[in-house]
Amino acid sequence: MPEFEIPVLTTTVEKMVQWARRSSIWPVTFGLACCAIEMMVMSTSRYDIARFGAEVFRGSPRQSDLMIIAGRLSRKMAPVLRRVYDQMAEPKYVISMGACASVGGVFDNYALVQGVDQIVPVDVFVPGCPPRPESLIYGIVQLQRKIDQMKLSELSSVTLGDPNPPRVNG
Amino acid sequence: MDSAKIVEALRGVAPDGAVEAAPAADGMPAIYIAREHVQAVCRAVRDLPALQFALAVDVTGVDYLPREPRFEVVYTLVSIGVGGYGDTPKRLRVKVRVPGTDPRMPTLSGVWKAMDWGEREVFDLFGIRFDGHPDLRRILMPEDWEGYPARKDYPVQIKMKPKVYEPLQLTPEEFAANVKGDRDRAQRE
Repeated sequence: MPEFEIPVLTTTVEKMVQWARRSSIWPVTFGLACCAIEMMVMSTSRYDIARFGAEVFRGSPRQSDLMIIAGRLSRKMAPVLRRVYDQMAEPKYVISMGACASVGGVFDNYALVQGVDQIVPVDVFVPGCPPRPESLIYGIVQLQRKIDQMKLSELSSVTLGDPNPPRVNG
Repeated sequence: MDSAKIVEALRGVAPDGAVEAAPAADGMPAIYIAREHVQAVCRAVRDLPALQFALAVDVTGVDYLPREPRFEVVYTLVSIGVGGYGDTPKRLRVKVRVPGTDPRMPTLSGVWKAMDWGEREVFDLFGIRFDGHPDLRRILMPEDWEGYPARKDYPVQIKMKPKVYEPLQLTPEEFAANVKGDRDRAQRE
């Protein structure tokens, strides 16, 4: 075997790191309402989010990269959600799942927050009531694309949020 | 056992007129009790051998704005009818009229312990104060909430920024001092 045929692949550090980062988005275990059922289904064998490396739902926000806000957020719950988000280590991402989390949905009343982007910066909005697991997987793939486009040198700006997050078709 | 018989059974517990039969479209026995006699009458409703409504399953409020008296507090009672708790299974609806100008009534959490949280909910959503309640705090809404959302004159939609709290920021020295303080306290105790 000639010496130059050693099994190596050359790439940039940046590409390597981004590939590693986007392929292991661990969501925090945080379900608020019926959307959480679809979120759980997403991690089962039928939909198998493990294909995208996001199947490890962590019980602690300290070990999580992604927060999927699955369900309607009441005003009483808002400080709790914000605290869980603050406890997550950077860089961190947020997916707003479903109509209630994104804009309040059918609950246009005094008790609920009309859109979680008032509380935390949202990276991807997934529409639906509730979104099917495929929609949420598509949302996670969109988030992976977004992570891919981030430069290592710009990582500190990640948590500032994107003013124009990619919209996912339902 | 219909409403009239229950009123009859309660004769003598409170002055005449303090207990009266209430109309009920669903045929369930229902009585009105005057606000100031509610504790004595309800104790009798629970303990009289003919009644023995030992179980209170629900309490709720009704806002009849603009009628006066504006509020009614409705208790739903059950007599199980087995094991020494009454002769036959039966239900009773107890209503208390509460004026809007002075929304308070004596608590029944001393009669039925289960009404503790139920009355907190009525207080939370209707603003009716239960005198003598052991722990009258909001139970559903945030503790610093203003207003009583289930009242008819409360707006359904409010434009208000949701409250969040900034995370506590500690310097490493403060953190170390806190940990040390905790350890010292634990050792003293």
